[in-house]
Amino acid sequence: MNAAARPIDSRQLFRYVLRLGDLSLVLAQRLGEWVGHAPALEEDLGLANVALDLIGQARLLLTYAGEIEGRGRGEDELAFLREHGEYLNATLVELPNGDFGRTIVRQVLVDAFQLELYERMTASSDERLAEIAAKAVKEIRYHLRYSGGWLVRLGDGTDESHARVQSALDSLWPYTVELFAEDELDRSMVEHGIAPRLSEVQAAWSTRIDPILAEATLTRPADRPHAWHGKRGQHSEHLGYMLAEMQYLQRAHPGARW
Amino acid sequence: MVSLARAADGRVGAAWRALEAVEDPEIPAVSIVDLGLIRSVEPSSDGTLEVKLSPTYVGCPATEVIRRSVEDALRRAQVGAFAVTPVLSPPWSSDWISAEGRRKLEMYGIVPPQRSTSSMRDVLRMNRPIGCPRCHSTDTECISEFGSTPCKALHRCRACLEPFEYFKCI
Repeated sequence: MNAAARPIDSRQLFRYVLRLGDLSLVLAQRLGEWVGHAPALEEDLGLANVALDLIGQARLLLTYAGEIEGRGRGEDELAFLREHGEYLNATLVELPNGDFGRTIVRQVLVDAFQLELYERMTASSDERLAEIAAKAVKEIRYHLRYSGGWLVRLGDGTDESHARVQSALDSLWPYTVELFAEDELDRSMVEHGIAPRLSEVQAAWSTRIDPILAEATLTRPADRPHAWHGKRGQHSEHLGYMLAEMQYLQRAHPGARW
Repeated sequence: MVSLARAADGRVGAAWRALEAVEDPEIPAVSIVDLGLIRSVEPSSDGTLEVKLSPTYVGCPATEVIRRSVEDALRRAQVGAFAVTPVLSPPWSSDWISAEGRRKLEMYGIVPPQRSTSSMRDVLRMNRPIGCPRCHSTDTECISEFGSTPCKALHRCRACLEPFEYFKCI
């Protein structure tokens, strides 16, 4: 990645870092909904621990975003006091969990995306993002080991589990297109050597996902043009309900700490 | 490097000795120095003692507790003005656990991590057998990828039937 001479517009970098941080935060909140409800204690622990790592990523990224913005907002203000239209996560992570199989399918799709993205971002011209990426990537490998292992068990399991995860894959797959859809903001990050090309990430993601799907005896759905724009702040109806729950305490008792 | 620093006299030496007595809140058998969490202890130009601390996992709730314990220990050791700074880069590796730390983990019943450089690549493939810390059989299975903390996985020995924890390499 070659850094261009022209300095990066800090408002653009702020929005880009929010995209990364919001993806982690929203997915962590969804996974947290499984605590106390997972099919077995081990999976309760597994999903909660993945959520914890994602919250760790989100904290680093939102803190950095707040510094870039330079208006005194920290991780808590950005997490708890932004409206849903200011959230910039891709739509896939805000969708309801569904059953355990659907949660696992979404997790495999996102884990593989994060792995390929952050492996490349360790070479970012933005030192802070490179550091966060190097830290995150080690943990994400364990996330994919966990989610991928479960997808194989469920896909190559009983007729019932196979049918459920295939159906989840069919319905979630179209949302993956948004992860890789490069817009002006993404292109500007590539120009400045901050982020890798999403087409390159997508190719690596496919190479990563295909053998897992094959081992799970699942059929890879066809790509279709996507109609979701969470990365621009246009979200599904699900995000607002999720944020209402996540932000309730800070909105009811501003500044509450413990 | 670390041993040189620990042998140092004065404030730096006193700080290292104080830090060696700080236990990990989740694994009380092992000190945070043995876990390789203290990156450096160096006086800055204005005389403040700078202590650099690495988090193990980015979301590990023990990180805050450890930071407070470090500050308490340094205050008790009366090392003068100090600042504890978290550092991300290079990311903490389980390879930084000292030989003493590995021995203490094992005595505590936690299998120390395999060396990461080769096995991190294997994380996405599958398992090398993890030996049981009690009966040393390698006939074991992983029953949970995540144990009581993010850094450990839960295993079970098929020979002696006891469950045990494995400190994952990272």
